Amino acid sequence: MDKDILNYIKEAQGAGMSYEQIAQELQKAGWSMADTLRLLLSSAKHVDASPVPLAISADNIKKFFGSIKALKGVSVKVPYGKVFGLLGPNGAGKTTLIRILTTLLRQDGGSATVAGYDIHGQADEVRSVIGLTGQYSAIDDYLTGRENLELVGRLYHREKKEIKRRAQELLDKFGLTDAADRQTKTYSGGMRRRLDLAMSLFNRPRVLFLDEPTQGLDPQSRIALWQIITEQVAEGTTVLLTTQYLEEADKLADMIVVMNHGEIIAEGTPQELKSKIGGDVLEIHLNKGADVLRVADILRDLAKENPHVEEELGIVSVPASHGASTLLEAVRLIDKESIVISDIMLRRPTLDDVFLTLTGHKQA
Amino acid sequence: MNTTLRISRTISDIIAITRRNLIRYTRLPQLIVFSTIQPVMFLLLFTYVFGGAIQTSFHDYITFLLPGIIVQTVLFGSMQTGIGLAEDLSRGMIDRFRSLPMAHSAILAGRTLTDMLRNAFVIVLMVIVGFFIGFRIEHGIGEFGIAVLLTLLFGFAFSWVSATVGLMVKEVETAQVAGFIWIFPLVFASSIFVPIETMPAWLQSFAKHTPITATVDAVRALSLGQPWHTNFWQALLWTFGILSFFIPLSVYFYNKRKN
Repeated sequence: MDKDILNYIKEAQGAGMSYEQIAQELQKAGWSMADTLRLLLSSAKHVDASPVPLAISADNIKKFFGSIKALKGVSVKVPYGKVFGLLGPNGAGKTTLIRILTTLLRQDGGSATVAGYDIHGQADEVRSVIGLTGQYSAIDDYLTGRENLELVGRLYHREKKEIKRRAQELLDKFGLTDAADRQTKTYSGGMRRRLDLAMSLFNRPRVLFLDEPTQGLDPQSRIALWQIITEQVAEGTTVLLTTQYLEEADKLADMIVVMNHGEIIAEGTPQELKSKIGGDVLEIHLNKGADVLRVADILRDLAKENPHVEEELGIVSVPASHGASTLLEAVRLIDKESIVISDIMLRRPTLDDVFLTLTGHKQA
Repeated sequence: MNTTLRISRTISDIIAITRRNLIRYTRLPQLIVFSTIQPVMFLLLFTYVFGGAIQTSFHDYITFLLPGIIVQTVLFGSMQTGIGLAEDLSRGMIDRFRSLPMAHSAILAGRTLTDMLRNAFVIVLMVIVGFFIGFRIEHGIGEFGIAVLLTLLFGFAFSWVSATVGLMVKEVETAQVAGFIWIFPLVFASSIFVPIETMPAWLQSFAKHTPITATVDAVRALSLGQPWHTNFWQALLWTFGILSFFIPLSVYFYNKRKN
């Protein structure tokens, strides 16, 4: 009997009826309120609720180093094909989280899966579908670029021929063909990073972990590396990257998690995070010796927000909810006090401003 | 994964790591010097500078010295294990390896195996140089072969001691100091360079009971055709004792990185 009713509910739903409408129909047919509820609840249970598969799913991950709480219960969900940015200052716990997700470190609490594999119980499976580029280029200085790649290939237990082919392919792709047979101690910083990344990509990982991938690189190499990462994502790799560069997270990530002191303090798309602080930001630069704090007071009254003051540099900034009219009003008020402005601008908020708003201090 | 596949992969991983370590040896000038010129220099200096002054029961000092000095060389060589591991740790190579689906045991096994192969090379080199300056295998070549194998195995055991030190200290410079500071007194207060009977009584009682003296005496007896069985079993017991203590200990320190 129940089964027939459940089928009826399913069909009714399929026909576009809402739960309310179905409930009314059931009651009309003589079912009590309690029975109606029971039936609707059990029908809801039969709805195929298989969740969207996640590339990374971490649930309440905790990690302690002695008395230091490096991670205080961090949860992240990363769908396939996305770039996920972990943003935060040194000591926020970004690297610790990456080391746990890549099976290098054991968590003290919580659980996580990477590409569907449990990081603890299926560590070997996890390792065969991930790539990791750590903070320091983990390449052997005394091997050539090719030898480094072939070593990794061997440790992935690939066929000899395939190792050679794939190594050559990666060398070509990463612009290392000419340097392929030189020892890597002769490589530049950018080349080392590219080789490091190439080694991480040897096995065509489904999930790529990048821990501060562009740290210490010159702007040109950094942009080149961004290009490579973007290409990888286009080919379907899911990327989790940590960075201290706000610009980098903004540029690369579809989703950003902001971490501080082992906790997530905000998450969202770069756009969402920026909108957290509202519209544009008014930034005023003052000449040396000018009364910075007086300007800060004026802006506080004007914007009804606490301005950010960098006293030594003579810079005051504040969210400007009314854009240009806030700017005009600010100029008028400051001019009245005979304080000389050296520069004034309205700018789009950066993630730096987000961090400032969230934590009350600029990121380290 | 079935057992056969697991074993064959582990072996292939050990070979890959060993190969990588050996390539490094051929390309690092200080390591080449350390494993060729330095031991030969020691051999020549001891033979010609101290040889005349040291009284042994043999017709010439080189006959006495060579079996001892190959043990000393192998011990010094084994200290490279810890330095190499500390270097790989500090440069992120070990993390790279650990993020791969490889056998983790291969990282330590490959390292110690590399140093054993290098030690084998150095022993051959020293025996050749020794031959030119008067060393002769006095007894059967078979016994000398056993002596070389015992030396290698003894060095392998000390590689694990060194691995433990390297994994504990994690820094190259510290590993260098920590690796050598305790080995010097052990090496010199032994029967390697001089007969123990020439030492003061208090030192004799120490020197007589070290694993180094046991091994050197066995190697010397095997090379020179003296009765060797007692020394040999003693040395072997020391070797396996060291192995069975320090392999688990270094694995423990290796795994500790996960916490």
